Amino acid sequence: MPEVWIDILAVLDGTARLAAPLILCAMAGLVSERSGIVDIGLEGKLLAGAFAAAAVATLTGSPWAGLGASLAASVMLALVHGFACITHRGEQIVSGVAVNILALGMTVVIANALFRHGGHTPALGPGERFSPMALPLSETLREVPVLGSLYAELVSGHNLLVYAAFLSVPLVWWLLWRTRFGLRLRAAGEMPEAVDSAGVSVPALRYRGILIAGLLCGLAGAYLSIAHGAGFVREMSAGKGFLALAALIFGRWKPLPVLFACLLFGLLDTVAPRLQGVDLPLVGPVPVALVSVLPYAMTVVLLAGFFGRAIPPRALGRPFVKEH
Amino acid sequence: MRSKLFSVVAMLGVLAAGTAFAEEFKPAVVYDIGSKFDKSFNEGVWNGVKKFSEETGVKVAEFQIVNETQREQAMRRLVERGATMVIAVGFSQADALDAVAADFPDRQFAIIDVSWLDRPNLRQYVFKEHEGSYLVGIAAAMASKTGKVGFVGGMDIPLIRKFHCGYLQGAKAANADIEVLQAMTGTTPAAWNDPTKASELAQGQIDRGADVVYHAAGRSGIGVIQAAADAGKLAIGVDSNQNGLAPGSVLTSMLKRVDVATYETLKDGLAGTFTAGIRSLGLAEDGVGWAQDEHNAGLLTDELKAAVESARADIVAGRTAVHDYMSDSNCPG
Repeated sequence: MPEVWIDILAVLDGTARLAAPLILCAMAGLVSERSGIVDIGLEGKLLAGAFAAAAVATLTGSPWAGLGASLAASVMLALVHGFACITHRGEQIVSGVAVNILALGMTVVIANALFRHGGHTPALGPGERFSPMALPLSETLREVPVLGSLYAELVSGHNLLVYAAFLSVPLVWWLLWRTRFGLRLRAAGEMPEAVDSAGVSVPALRYRGILIAGLLCGLAGAYLSIAHGAGFVREMSAGKGFLALAALIFGRWKPLPVLFACLLFGLLDTVAPRLQGVDLPLVGPVPVALVSVLPYAMTVVLLAGFFGRAIPPRALGRPFVKEH
Repeated sequence: MRSKLFSVVAMLGVLAAGTAFAEEFKPAVVYDIGSKFDKSFNEGVWNGVKKFSEETGVKVAEFQIVNETQREQAMRRLVERGATMVIAVGFSQADALDAVAADFPDRQFAIIDVSWLDRPNLRQYVFKEHEGSYLVGIAAAMASKTGKVGFVGGMDIPLIRKFHCGYLQGAKAANADIEVLQAMTGTTPAAWNDPTKASELAQGQIDRGADVVYHAAGRSGIGVIQAAADAGKLAIGVDSNQNGLAPGSVLTSMLKRVDVATYETLKDGLAGTFTAGIRSLGLAEDGVGWAQDEHNAGLLTDELKAAVESARADIVAGRTAVHDYMSDSNCPG
């Protein structure tokens, strides 16, 4: 295989790894926001999920138990958010920020109380995480030119949750655009009055929307701490929830464009460290700081509206008040 | 007011007593960002503290820095609460410690990884990390089958370049054709606490053909070890003995005996023999070294062990000089 091809494969491979949590979070945000609930608490749910997964995986030794805990923790925070802004019609941004702050503080406090490791969980061993798995035939097909190596290097050899992330995109699309439930959910985000007059409960729809968002964030959290990483580190979500929110807006609340936005951010994140110390023609060595800031700078440029206008669901952020 | 007056009187009494000072020995340690359980640099210090406390029964107060602005305030508060000695871990604490040491000339201070301060009540420790890194560089080059080895640093600072430079020299000494890939996790102190990023960097080097990756990245390095273990390659640990973090996947660890420095300082403080000045610990003083234990016994061939030990003897005897990056901000080769 030529050197360049190996490099390209490695970068794409890294993109898949780094985009996976973004995709899951962005899909979570998509479902929630399509139902009319702003979800700025993605970051908090991600972090809480990551912590719960690592803590339970450490205590039980089972990644599956960790995954369950992650889903539960994330759903719990989603319900807090829902209780505040669906049941009590509170301000959704404020509630989301509260979720983020709660997760930020609670994870470290509980981690410290449980493990006395300065807000971290102990590193997980091989059997306690979702390890990379080779897909069938990846070794036999490796020798096939181009497609073989593409399959063996890029498609095969990821952990379970990466596949789950990529699978979540068609699933969310199917759920929202091909089922009756999806139609109603989207209507709740566009024109809740219409849904209400058809005799369907808007709060129930929105609760279901944020529950799905909670589950997806839980998957993303488990990915961070027990699949891609091996243990929880304080603030380990490192803004991924917000980046997912940016991807959601950039992708205009549509699954496929959102997927591409996530992949683009993932690609930037992968390329940045790899460009370190590389001598580019004319430019010379790439400055480390500039490279690290690239994904964020790009995001700002993209969000500044160079690529058309992003139109959110019409009733997004508006609490639904039933008329009598 | 009365209690304040009382404490002032009490303090004067303690000072006047002179020898009573030693009995009232109250040490404190300020850990750097990355926390004391980083399995690496800070944890080495903690091991020294633990050993001292277990042996002497003296309790050591501690503080873990979580953001930049806390440093000076934390040290000041420790001293005001009665700490007679403050040990600061890491070069990032230098400015804060210098300021506090100037304000409390009757207290004792020590700092690790700093050599440029000048106070009569301050002891400074530096380590010849380039010597230890040279040894693991030899080990890496000899264990590599691909002729490519990697290095993942933490924050991009001269100290970490010093690790890299020693490693590079060692690797080249063992195999002149070796290629050494290098990457830094970041440019802010957050780089010491980002295992995800470090693991991606190591993965990138492994993808480019490296089969041994050395890290000098504090807690972030756990990500490097994990990436190497996942890919079936070898990692080299740093500061503390990290061989046991992934048995069979950690070739060796570059030991930096911050535990010895900490223990020694605390002991001196207790015995009343504390002296200021700069202490530089290298291979000859056993301040740095390489780790061999049951976890990596199966990875080290006799040939490799012999090569590393003979290089070690050469450096101690002065027959080999390892270039120190920090002396001229330049790395040969």
